[in-house]
Amino acid sequence: MKPAIEIKNLGKQYMLQEAPPYIALRDVISQPLKKLFNPAASKVNTFWALQDINLRIEPGERVGIIGRNGAGKSTLLKIISRITPPSTGEAFIRGRVGSLLEVGTGFHPELTGRENIYLNGSILGLKKAEINRQLEAIIDFSGVEKFIDSPLKHYSSGMQLRLAFSVAAHLEPEILLIDEVLAVGDLEFQKKCLGKMEEVSKKDGRTILFVSHNLDSIRKFCTTTLLLEKGKLIASGPTEQIINQYVAGHLDTVAEQIWPEGKNSYNKLVRLVKIWLHHKNETGGARFDTTEEIGISMTYEVLTDDVVFTHGINLFNQEQVNVFNSHDVTSAGAMQKRKKGHYTATAWIPGHLLPEGIFSISAAIFVPNPVDVFIHVHDVLSFEIYTDFSKLTARGQYTEEFPGIVRPLIQWEAINKE
Amino acid sequence: MEQPLTHITPPGRFSTGIREIWQYRELFYFFTWRDIKVKYKQTTLGFLWAILQPLGMMLLFTLLFSKTWKTDTGPLNYPLFVLSGLILWNLFSSSVSHAGESMIQHAGIIRKIYFPRMIIPGSAVLVSLFDFLMGLLIFIVFCLVYKQPLHWYSLPFFMAGIILVLLAGFGAGTFLSALNVKYRDFRYTIPFLLQVLFFSAQVIYPLSVVKQPWLVNLLALNPVNGAIELFRAGLTGGPVNYSLVLTGLAATILILLTGIYYFRKTEAYFADIA
Repeated sequence: MKPAIEIKNLGKQYMLQEAPPYIALRDVISQPLKKLFNPAASKVNTFWALQDINLRIEPGERVGIIGRNGAGKSTLLKIISRITPPSTGEAFIRGRVGSLLEVGTGFHPELTGRENIYLNGSILGLKKAEINRQLEAIIDFSGVEKFIDSPLKHYSSGMQLRLAFSVAAHLEPEILLIDEVLAVGDLEFQKKCLGKMEEVSKKDGRTILFVSHNLDSIRKFCTTTLLLEKGKLIASGPTEQIINQYVAGHLDTVAEQIWPEGKNSYNKLVRLVKIWLHHKNETGGARFDTTEEIGISMTYEVLTDDVVFTHGINLFNQEQVNVFNSHDVTSAGAMQKRKKGHYTATAWIPGHLLPEGIFSISAAIFVPNPVDVFIHVHDVLSFEIYTDFSKLTARGQYTEEFPGIVRPLIQWEAINKE
Repeated sequence: MEQPLTHITPPGRFSTGIREIWQYRELFYFFTWRDIKVKYKQTTLGFLWAILQPLGMMLLFTLLFSKTWKTDTGPLNYPLFVLSGLILWNLFSSSVSHAGESMIQHAGIIRKIYFPRMIIPGSAVLVSLFDFLMGLLIFIVFCLVYKQPLHWYSLPFFMAGIILVLLAGFGAGTFLSALNVKYRDFRYTIPFLLQVLFFSAQVIYPLSVVKQPWLVNLLALNPVNGAIELFRAGLTGGPVNYSLVLTGLAATILILLTGIYYFRKTEAYFADIA
């Protein structure tokens, strides 16, 4: 049997511009003038989001794709689903491709649930006859049959999501691409969807490509897994083996990131200068024992007067579980107008919170309401937590496997009641 | 069973992609259906809106040109003269402006799903055609009111005029929609462009009032002039200025080819820049 997906020397190159990717006509007109006075200004950097990818995926395989943020996972799916063309190489796809890069694409609030099923289904590649045939099943699965003939604007966001998932779960392409869509929605319904897709894939031998940060879902769902790093395919094979390799490779720590001038300034309001990890006594480092407070500092430059924003972090563990998010709601400067200049913000992660392991941090500068993200850098820092047995920790003297996403030192009371 | 084979390569030679649009005809239909449905659902005035605008304009221009500044419009009385021009003009202008904005409006879908992109400006033009048909109904009512006879032989002329406008509107709209994705401030030029084209077309005045031959030749480049010429000639059974029509047709073909070529050339990268 011929492979469902065959990829040869595939590559995708992007232009890195300091401005947004689209341009204004006035810039094009004024650009030559600028060049005249400052020839270095319009240097265009390129980078390869994907490079030299070679792949064969057999029909009926369920393939997970893992890798750090920016490794090229989503770009690969976008090329396979033809949303964006490759720069080099070629791919042969045998069968219809259905992509779930986002559920509910094309939903319109003025149309009824039923009408939206037709619209969304046809956007996702279903033929009208197929939708007719599946309509009852879709409505049934979504659990919103009572409202199916009222406009979508009267639905709660949860109901809209269920309807969208339901259409998606009833797609019947030979090749299904899923990109983290299952990260949203309520847990129960997610499980139902995954179950439905697994059933379809086993029964009809459909090929599924599944991009996720959640290694657990990959483990449960996929037989084979691909590991991407910086645009290159560095390993592929049985899921368990690849996940172990990925987790082991994740062990390098990064204590500091510095952005030279001109980089990471996708907006004209603020730019990140530096972000680093440090101990209580201000010395930098990426290894902390479980009792220690962990300092995360970021220096940024405000480029325009009177900008209002706050700064925040996301913390992920080795399994890519988002342990917590935090943004500044406590310091005096948060959400106040700022003058031009350099500022440094520091967050302290309390001691006795995280267990041993490797953690990674993403940082953002944004306005929480209405949401406007100025900068969001993924996976910029990573650090290791270890147990110092000379100190009092939640472990005490226990040295065996000690699970749990957090490791608080809980106060116990024990009294002798007569 | 042999599965359909898709071969993905870097963007290569130019093709119109018509065969693929045919494969995706259901999506084409659903996009058009959605926009018409939403438009006529959102406002109870939906239908009224499609006809009130040309009627209001007709009233205004009739007051100005048949009473204040006498204008000779030949065998047609002024209200019918201006209404026939207005509905065709509206078809053109709404095709161009809606198709021109359409790619930006659908940026969300473009980034998520693949389909032949030309469906988007194409369905915007079809929505405009639907509005036009509403206007045409009113026009026919007015023909009955003013006892303007309608003949079966008018039909080919009407059709030719409408098709000319549709092709020109689709060509210009497609071109503008692609430009709009790449140069975000281009959209601000569209209203200005349309205004120039409006006054250069024989909508509110007959082209016979223009005395300089070079100016008539220049105005003939506006395809709407040729289209209105065909439409009105069909209505009155009068003679057709064929040089006007042929110049308009040539301009239309040029606009259409440029529009489709530029759109297809930039299409592959819409998802990266939209």
